[in-house]
Amino acid sequence: MPGPDLIVRNVLWQDELVSLWIEQGVVRRLAPPDEPCSEGEQLHGGGALLLPGLIDAHVHLREPGFEYKEDIASGLEAAARGGFSAVLAMANTRPVNDSAAVTSFMRDRAAATHPLGPRLHPVGALTKGLVGQELAPLAELAEAGCVAFSNDGLPVASPDLFRRAMEYASDLGLVVIDHCEDPVLAEGASMNEGRISGLLGLKGQPVVAESMQVARDILLAEYLDLPIHLAHISCRQSVELIRWAKARGVRVSAETCPHYLLWTEEMVQGYNTLAKVNPPLRTDDDVLALRQAVREGVIDILVTDHAPHADHEKEVPMDEAPNGISGLDTALSLSWKLVREGVLSPQDLCALWSARPGALFSLPVNRFQPGDPADFILFNPDLEWTVTPETLRSKGKNTPCLGQTLPGRVVAHGIAGKILFHNVDAS
Amino acid sequence: MLWPHKDLLCITQLTAAEILYVFRMARRFAEINTRPVKKVPTLKGKSVILFFVEPSTRTKTSFDIAGKRLSADTYSLAASSSSLRKGENLKDSALTLQAMHPDALVLRHHQSGASEFLARRLSCSVINAGDGWHAHPTQALLDGFTLSEVWGDDMAGKTVLIVGDIAHSRVARSDVLLFTALGAQVRICAPRTLLPAGVRQWPVEVFSDLTEACKGVDAVVCLRLQLERQKAGLLPDLREYARTYGLGARHLSKANPGVLVMHPGPMNRGVEIDAALADAENSLILDQVSAGVATRMALLFLFLTRKDATDQGDARGDQVESPQPQSPSLQED
Ligand SMILES: [Zn+2]
Repeated sequence: MPGPDLIVRNVLWQDELVSLWIEQGVVRRLAPPDEPCSEGEQLHGGGALLLPGLIDAHVHLREPGFEYKEDIASGLEAAARGGFSAVLAMANTRPVNDSAAVTSFMRDRAAATHPLGPRLHPVGALTKGLVGQELAPLAELAEAGCVAFSNDGLPVASPDLFRRAMEYASDLGLVVIDHCEDPVLAEGASMNEGRISGLLGLKGQPVVAESMQVARDILLAEYLDLPIHLAHISCRQSVELIRWAKARGVRVSAETCPHYLLWTEEMVQGYNTLAKVNPPLRTDDDVLALRQAVREGVIDILVTDHAPHADHEKEVPMDEAPNGISGLDTALSLSWKLVREGVLSPQDLCALWSARPGALFSLPVNRFQPGDPADFILFNPDLEWTVTPETLRSKGKNTPCLGQTLPGRVVAHGIAGKILFHNVDAS
Repeated sequence: MLWPHKDLLCITQLTAAEILYVFRMARRFAEINTRPVKKVPTLKGKSVILFFVEPSTRTKTSFDIAGKRLSADTYSLAASSSSLRKGENLKDSALTLQAMHPDALVLRHHQSGASEFLARRLSCSVINAGDGWHAHPTQALLDGFTLSEVWGDDMAGKTVLIVGDIAHSRVARSDVLLFTALGAQVRICAPRTLLPAGVRQWPVEVFSDLTEACKGVDAVVCLRLQLERQKAGLLPDLREYARTYGLGARHLSKANPGVLVMHPGPMNRGVEIDAALADAENSLILDQVSAGVATRMALLFLFLTRKDATDQGDARGDQVESPQPQSPSLQED
């Protein structure tokens, strides 16, 4: 038996100091920390937490078409630094990812700019041009490498077309991800409809704009006996519908983002466009419901909905500002805040950010079992950092975290046993 | 009183004492408006830009007259003027305006929060002359001043009803804040479709029946109905609105004796208000217009001399309690 190529020494895995032995890109085993071995490269972890490489099932990388906001190179750099070994990139590019040419372009750009990873998995458009009129060529997209389909950003209003899309996608074995939003109820809104929107004089988006569509999708999924994945859930009513559906055995899965677990509509006070996101930040009660749902597994996974924008686009009055928070750089630190607050355990993080998204989208996952892909990060939870435009690797500096000090830094990242970076001083 | 504010964005910024101070100043300036020569040199050499991205002849004229009566130079920038047209990035507008070194900017904008947006980027005073559905603080101050001329400053025990499209009304939001700050009870009356989200948490009583709402009130403020609300599906039609929410004599008969009627204008006669009521003896609608000029003179004075007061740092300080502030600059030209 040949020796390991790489040994990551002195790292914490489930409260125990271990070393991770890696061989030909896969995990060989977790060994006692000081088990001698003279072969292979040695990397000293300095007691940092060992976590699997994270999977972000919902990002917007903006290339092709909006490279001034973000491009595949900068987006994957932010993903790498943020601890993500794989990302699913949404289709609302220009041109829209509704053809094999665009899918291939995205994958080629990723391979060219980040040959070691993070891995980019394109999500194909559900309808041509995301217009919601005709099905996109889903088989062509699947063949070109798309791992799921979604009209994210421009949800399909027609229940009939949406049904047909679910049916057609199921033949290809791929899941449909729906951005749940009734476009009429949500029209023109720039924040949650409620007390603050009333005071600020802004048009609000009612929670039913989301939950009505959640209900539609659940009922369709049950009727068709097909899976559906619900994107960025933001409110209690949606959570209750999903809990009900799961109890009935409906094949529904759901995601939410760190920002819906931490912040409320109060963040918009002062017309803070950095907190303008779709769906909007809701209320304390919604945050409580989502936290519980994430703990219980009613919400299956966490995603960033990484939505970078240029500064000048956010430096406008609230109504004009585009929706979105740049999330890849800060996601793990924000998640760690939830660990510190006792909302989640480190094991929950591994499930929410790695095992379950991997299972949902049929991607390889590292559980540190022999033969698992050696995608891992070393995370120092005691290291604090201040969020500034300079500390963010994404081109999008649009986050309400600007100026805040967050806990935890990724100090090393390996994908398939190859080290992307190792900042030993930081550990 | 040292005026502590750089900008006037929303009534929430002002204490009750500051509101009453504005009224006292307005009372003094109102007197100038009745003289044969209606001009004093108080603000000579100061420049005020009137930046009305959303058109409004009435408010703009009121500010323009107020500024000129105090000898300030006023400059109008219409939304249609080439460089500062509607659609230009507001940040670039701010930078352009900053480069002109005005002492104050009066802004009317169709977007909520626009005045706060500019105030954060400009070193001059920004006076919000209406931003989206959010706030219209100078209208509220002139409404309050108009009522205080009849009732006096203490509004405890008085009930004011605001009727009409509360959801889309910056006047309603600012009036509610101001009247409650001065101790009045406030009611609002509108169909549910024209009530803002979260209105149950406002410090008001909410009515849907105008007759009920009018019982025992001391003043009624009718709001202008934007005719496009019907097209937006918020109302069946204007005739029905007029029948249900148009203020008429039959409603006012339930009110307290001497009930006052107000309207921020411009009126749709026969829609929000019975045509005859607008001209009746207890209508304050034209008094509001006069009060508008006096109130805006007071505000321009306070905001434009703010720096001077800070620089002097003594003489005119701490006079908030004085009903007759010693203002040497108020002498006649
Ligand atoms: Zn979305």
